[in-house]
Amino acid sequence: MTDATPLSTATATGHKMSARGVNVFYGDKQAIRDVSIDVDMDHVTAFIGPSGCGKSTFLRTLNRMNDTIASARVTGDIMLDGEDIYSSAMDVVQLRARVGMVFQKPNPFPKSIYENVAYGPRIHGLAASKVALDGIVEGSLRRAGLWDEVKDRLSDSGTALSGGQQQRLCIARAIAVDPEVILMDEPCSALDPIATAKIEELIHELRGRYAIVIVTHNMQQAARVSQKTAFFHLGQLVEYGDTDNIFTAPKQERTKDYITGRYG
Amino acid sequence: MNVFALLFVVVGLGLIGWLTARARAVRFDRGGQKRLHSLPSQHGWYVAMWTVLPALLFVAAWTALSPALIRDQVLKAPAAAQLSDFAFERDTILGEARDVALGRADSTFDPTADALVAPMREAIAFYGWTGTAIAILLAFAGGAFAFSRISPAFRARTRVERGLMLILLVASLIAILTTIGIFLSLFWESIRFFAMVPPQDFLFSTHWSPQLIDPNNPGKSLGAVPLFWGTFFIGAVIAMLVAIPFGLMSAIYLTQYAAPRVRAWMKPMLEILAGVPTVVYGYFAALTVAPAVRDLAVHLGMPFASAESALAAGLVMGVMIIPFVSSLADDSIAAVPTAMRDGSLAMGATNSETISRVLLPAALPGVVAGVLLAVSRAIGETMIVVMAASGAANITLNPFESATTVTKQIVDLLTGESEFDSPKTLAAFALGLTLFVITLLLNIVALRVVKKYREAYE
Repeated sequence: MTDATPLSTATATGHKMSARGVNVFYGDKQAIRDVSIDVDMDHVTAFIGPSGCGKSTFLRTLNRMNDTIASARVTGDIMLDGEDIYSSAMDVVQLRARVGMVFQKPNPFPKSIYENVAYGPRIHGLAASKVALDGIVEGSLRRAGLWDEVKDRLSDSGTALSGGQQQRLCIARAIAVDPEVILMDEPCSALDPIATAKIEELIHELRGRYAIVIVTHNMQQAARVSQKTAFFHLGQLVEYGDTDNIFTAPKQERTKDYITGRYG
Repeated sequence: MNVFALLFVVVGLGLIGWLTARARAVRFDRGGQKRLHSLPSQHGWYVAMWTVLPALLFVAAWTALSPALIRDQVLKAPAAAQLSDFAFERDTILGEARDVALGRADSTFDPTADALVAPMREAIAFYGWTGTAIAILLAFAGGAFAFSRISPAFRARTRVERGLMLILLVASLIAILTTIGIFLSLFWESIRFFAMVPPQDFLFSTHWSPQLIDPNNPGKSLGAVPLFWGTFFIGAVIAMLVAIPFGLMSAIYLTQYAAPRVRAWMKPMLEILAGVPTVVYGYFAALTVAPAVRDLAVHLGMPFASAESALAAGLVMGVMIIPFVSSLADDSIAAVPTAMRDGSLAMGATNSETISRVLLPAALPGVVAGVLLAVSRAIGETMIVVMAASGAANITLNPFESATTVTKQIVDLLTGESEFDSPKTLAAFALGLTLFVITLLLNIVALRVVKKYREAYE
């Protein structure tokens, strides 16, 4: 079972997000077994592990994206600021405005760059006027480090950008609704090394303003961008701790084998 | 010899060719001097193809040619000297003679045909046997040629592949050639029509009354504008007002909201709607919907409302098209990547926001193409309008008034007694040609749109 640091009850912790005893089932198949973990505001948390270990599945429970899969079922508690996100009192629309997500493959909408970023503010009614909306769009693109590249062609289609620009556009789209947590599901796996470096740099800059959780299959990336690392294997959380410790002095044999490239 | 017997013989020869060639190739193999390039059965297929295909092509060509040859031969007979020069009459008499000669009829109706029976029988027998002999000879020659080429190094495999490709090519050409043939036949008849009626009268004048044609100025009563208006009004306006919203909404429900179990029975039900014969829709339109529409019109203060209103035909046609629109819209919505949908949902958009702001705009080109195809089907649809639409050619915007369509008029022009060289009858071909061109253009535009759309996501 997990040998992660023993945790007290979720509500009392003051962590941004806390999961306790989370199981995820797809039909009869159990994809996640009894995972407990905390995510903090001032940290970038990385989920690593071999393919199929459940790290992406677990990430998707944090903003209830598994709801879109009919056969998926989640048990256990996941708290956002002490509120149970799976309780009936929690509105999934509100939740996803607070917990944003960036996907593995850049998925800008087939709309203009401006409309891509304005999408969230529009559906959540965040901008009272066109001027306010322009401000949100510019601010989000600036924070995503894309403004200088696209400011003269905001009406061009978002799908016409390069892969790395598209992914930064997706990040701008996510931060336009001013979320508290940003989930990133292998955001660089479809990008070349230069675009990857830009995204990693961006993650550094966004740190502190948002709690960031990033799933990656690239251990160097986890070591570069994160302060906390969680190692998943076969649906279990094997080890969770400071990134430095995980990579230099893993407590678990399985973690050590994975990090040294014995399997994965 | 009967054509079927001949085919049987040719295929039999092909089978023999296959067996002997294969046996020979197997012997090469056992001889062991050299490895065979191709499998023994491929050698068999090579010989079989050479045996059967040239003979079959010859039989096809001969079947098309021999009636003309037979006719020429019979016309040379002394008994044919008194035959009329008028082709139509002459061919009728020759046809009678042929029926008797082939034993399909007991006696002739026209005494002049009697004298022709004997020469006819002779000609048929002569050309029949000649054709049979040549076909069998070709089969032997082809088989022998192919058989002589078999050797261990012979590349039968590549030849057979190429042969198969040619067969498939011919099969696909047949559909294309048929389309061209249909177009040409329409085209020639239309040219005859336009020789009598100036095209500008037909295409741009607004008076249509083919029953009262002034022989000196036929164009005056053959203005097709009311028909095209009626076709457009019933097929592209009223029917689409029904089909587009309902088809689109059912596609959205089925792809985005329906549980798999609901979808599993609802989709086949919709497809059953697509399989209902159009004549049944015609009954429904004429017997149920049309009276109801008329009663409604009377209720609304139109005491002389037509029982053959544009609305009745258009409504039922729209219902008929719903499954068509629905399944095309379903396909194009389903083709939008899931990542797009997830991206929107992850922003906190609701299901309906995701559909209206992301999925539908992304699927729009496919949906538009589907609608264009649906329009081209609706304006070509015949049975519903024949049964439910009126024959009166009006240009009207009132759906309770009667309107007629191109297809309905074509049926009216070609049924009943009519000569095939009057402007009235030939007008049907001109109408058909125009309709054909319009639907062709609609289909081309729709396919273009679909193609462009596919490029965006692959």
